[in-house]
Amino acid sequence: MSNRLVLFAPLLVFTVFAPVLWLALERDPQELPSAREGQLFPDFSLSQLVDASKTLQAEDLRGEVTLVNVWATWCYACTLEHPMLNELATEGIKIVGLNYKDDRAAAIQWLERRGDPYAFTIFDEHGSLGLDLGVYGAPETYLLDAKGMVQYRRVGVLDERVWRDDFASRYTELVLAEENG
Amino acid sequence: MGRRFINRIRQAAAFASLCIFWTLLPAILVSAQSDLVELSDERLRPRYEQLTQEIRCPKCQNQNLAESNSPISVDLKLQIRRLLEEQKSNQQIKDYLTERYSEFILYRPAVNSRTWLLWAAPVIFMSIALLALWVVQRKKAPILGANNLSSPPQKLDDEEVARLERLLKGSDELQL
Amino acid sequence: MSPEFGHVALIVGLCLAVIQSAVPMCGTYFGAPRWMHMGRSLALGHAVFVMLAFISLTAAFLTDDFSVRYVAQHSNSLLPTQYKVSAVWSAHEGSLLLWSLVLALWSAAVAVFSKTLPLVFVARVLSVLGMIAVGFGLFILLTSNPFERTLPFPPMDGSDLNPLLQDIGLILHPPFLYMGYVGLSVPFAFAIAALLGQQFDSAWARWCRPWINIAWVFLTVGITLGSWWAYYELGWGGWWFWDPVENASLMPWLTATALVHSVAATEKRGVFRSWTLLLAIFAFSLSLLGTFLVRSGVLTSVHAFASDPERGEFILLFLCLVIGSSFLLFALRGPAIRSRTGFSGVSRETLLLVNNLILITSTAMILLGTLYPLIADALDWGKISVGPPYFNFFFVPLSLLLLASLGVSVSSRWRHTDPSGLRQKIKLPLIASILLGVLLPVPMASWYDNSGYAPSAAVTLIFTFWVLGASLHDALIKTASGNLMKLPASYWGMLCAHCGIAICALGVGLSTIYGVQRDIRMDLGDSIILAGYRFEFRDIRQFNQPNYVATQAEFAVYVGGVLERTLSPEKRHYHAGGEVMTEAGIDAGLTRDLYVSLGEPLGSSSWSVRVQVKPFVRCIWLGGLLVALGGILATADKRYRRRRSPKQLFTGSSGRASYEK
Repeated sequence: MSNRLVLFAPLLVFTVFAPVLWLALERDPQELPSAREGQLFPDFSLSQLVDASKTLQAEDLRGEVTLVNVWATWCYACTLEHPMLNELATEGIKIVGLNYKDDRAAAIQWLERRGDPYAFTIFDEHGSLGLDLGVYGAPETYLLDAKGMVQYRRVGVLDERVWRDDFASRYTELVLAEENG
Repeated sequence: MGRRFINRIRQAAAFASLCIFWTLLPAILVSAQSDLVELSDERLRPRYEQLTQEIRCPKCQNQNLAESNSPISVDLKLQIRRLLEEQKSNQQIKDYLTERYSEFILYRPAVNSRTWLLWAAPVIFMSIALLALWVVQRKKAPILGANNLSSPPQKLDDEEVARLERLLKGSDELQL
Repeated sequence: MSPEFGHVALIVGLCLAVIQSAVPMCGTYFGAPRWMHMGRSLALGHAVFVMLAFISLTAAFLTDDFSVRYVAQHSNSLLPTQYKVSAVWSAHEGSLLLWSLVLALWSAAVAVFSKTLPLVFVARVLSVLGMIAVGFGLFILLTSNPFERTLPFPPMDGSDLNPLLQDIGLILHPPFLYMGYVGLSVPFAFAIAALLGQQFDSAWARWCRPWINIAWVFLTVGITLGSWWAYYELGWGGWWFWDPVENASLMPWLTATALVHSVAATEKRGVFRSWTLLLAIFAFSLSLLGTFLVRSGVLTSVHAFASDPERGEFILLFLCLVIGSSFLLFALRGPAIRSRTGFSGVSRETLLLVNNLILITSTAMILLGTLYPLIADALDWGKISVGPPYFNFFFVPLSLLLLASLGVSVSSRWRHTDPSGLRQKIKLPLIASILLGVLLPVPMASWYDNSGYAPSAAVTLIFTFWVLGASLHDALIKTASGNLMKLPASYWGMLCAHCGIAICALGVGLSTIYGVQRDIRMDLGDSIILAGYRFEFRDIRQFNQPNYVATQAEFAVYVGGVLERTLSPEKRHYHAGGEVMTEAGIDAGLTRDLYVSLGEPLGSSSWSVRVQVKPFVRCIWLGGLLVALGGILATADKRYRRRRSPKQLFTGSSGRASYEK
């Protein structure tokens, strides 16, 4: 009798494995959640892009639900998502820019030409904040709650579809939670 | 006679100087090139190489830092160099990186509640294999006595047994 | 030939496959020989139509028909002709068509070379092969049709073949690999036919064995080629990365290796019958699983195909159907399988069992390591990576165990081996290998300017010499008695394959232990000394090719002041796609490879350069080819062709040959 059961072992192992494979199909192996999700935005002390004399800190990101957008002039995909950011800014969403490993003058010029959706832009010349944040490259967008906690991170272009599918509900939820207490 | 002798000396001298030149040349030239990633202490290099090989480039398809030239890999390699030079241990360096880039970047997953099965499973497989071997052996052993046609009668001496076995099984044992 | 013709041929082929999967099988139930006979002609017809489809796609590539989407995406009018042909199988759709073609050819081969097998059995085998062909045919037509048009606005020119794939390695590697992968469907079909007909005897094993061997040879060559290609084409000098796609080919190979050995025991001694059947199912299941992993996009890999969830779902469904039903059949029919004869604790059977257990443990370990990131993600444990450190940690000791048992098994006999005689036989090779292995690393340490004695090198050498020594010693003993000609080809095949494994292990060990590598910045005229070789950066120049511009450097390599070799690594900029490719400059040698690859330019005349000296790295692929040669020799053994000379039926050493009647 036990011999008969042994013969069923391969079938059993396979029936356990197959659903896992099915679940795995739904996942995107390229999509990596940030290690900072659920943590406070890391501390930093960097100058503002436009006004180099101003120093910015992590506290400056608190008090309001905020998007932090990592961008650079050398990043082609950033030019693609810029119109979307401009539109979000006009809708009253607070977006903070993180200018990543870039040239200050070029970055200022870039914003002048394409419009500036950012409440302010952190100038991270050497990518030190980028490293602490776990940035892979530009563009990336982080969603922070009012306490400055990272709630969600998205690598890649933020277009209308990404906003609608991945950001919009999270954003309104955070805003509502903030308003209610 | 004399001229030939002098010529020979000349040739020998030329040969000797050439030899010296060739042996010294590398020493002169080697100083000109430099390692891409210069470490303050060359003794750190084995650790640097091990770490860059065991840490995955977070942005690439499936490459370690050592093989990748993407900007993020270059940055991370510089960080590893800095941390090594600050006398951080391998574990501290890995912790620093996983804090920022999550456990995804470790090609050697740390043993924890989610990965113990991964590390234990090969040992379990091996044990199952040993168990199977034991079961098969135990089952087969008694049959052998009853079934073994070549088990020799007592009267034959060793040499005869060997010959008999050869004759009986002859060609079979040569084939796989 | 228009692509629509190919499309229609594919559909006709599929229809034939549907009939092939149903009619002969039904014939076996209704006892209708005419239905069963149809299997052969249907298999041939199916092969002809799939071949026509393949030819018409190839023709579309050769005539630059960019109105076909697949051609437009993977070819270019500037592409050299041989790469236009290999571009056919450079991406998902075409490679799947190649897969189907290979399957059709295997089925046709079974149809042609099975004249001596019982009709019922052949009918079942061909039906099972037909079912697999239906699965893949539907897969191509429903999700990955290579004949799709871009009309009415075809592009002016194609977007070019990925330059990584513009290489002789890619022309050869996939066809060989697929011949191996798909070839495993034949033993699988044999196993299913055996389960259906409840025939598990040695005759079954004997029919199956040449097919297993040939598929395994192709798989071996395919993997060897792939590793060699990665070594010279990817530009890092690595030859195995434990990438999921590589694992997907290694797992069926390990299982097929186990199968090659276990079916030998089944044929010779009638043992391990159910195990052999199960292995045949496993091997093909793993090759299907590999297809799923590579083509569904569930894993991140350097070589993954462009993925599409719909395709993933289709293959997974097919996979579940095939594997699930065959395991179920196995579980239901299993009790009827009776293995014959016993064997003692010290016998060739036991050693083959040990070999099988090690191989399957390795396969299970690799399977788990490959799937674990996927499992962890599916169960929301977070994203993790399982990489080379994990696989090496377990695979190296397992391989050493395998090598250790391999040396003993050569001298062992079927059923029972006298332990004292065996001890006597292995004493000499054992002592010699330990002595040589322990002593050789002493001079080696200085040859390769490595610091000090390397114990790991000693381990590598001991195990290599142990296998080589035991094999040659056994051959000497057997030939000493004067019957050199009587030793069958399969014996030499076994010896050759085992030595191949040892030589491969030698290459893996020594190139890893004594290999040296430097990443340096070099200006024109600079030199670097590595392992006694002086590499001088002599020149850099540009030249034009039809489809790319190359920046070629020239490195002179000197040993003790004498020019040994000139290496020309390149950096290529391809016109069509704008990709940049690194072509390494390699001087291949049996005892060492010199390897230079260009990195990035760092200023006007200075470059980042990777320089490597890799001792014995060639042995890895040489070993692989020897293994394959061993498989060929074993298959060429005359006892598989005995039916040609009817006299031998009666003069053979046993009555086994009469099965073939």
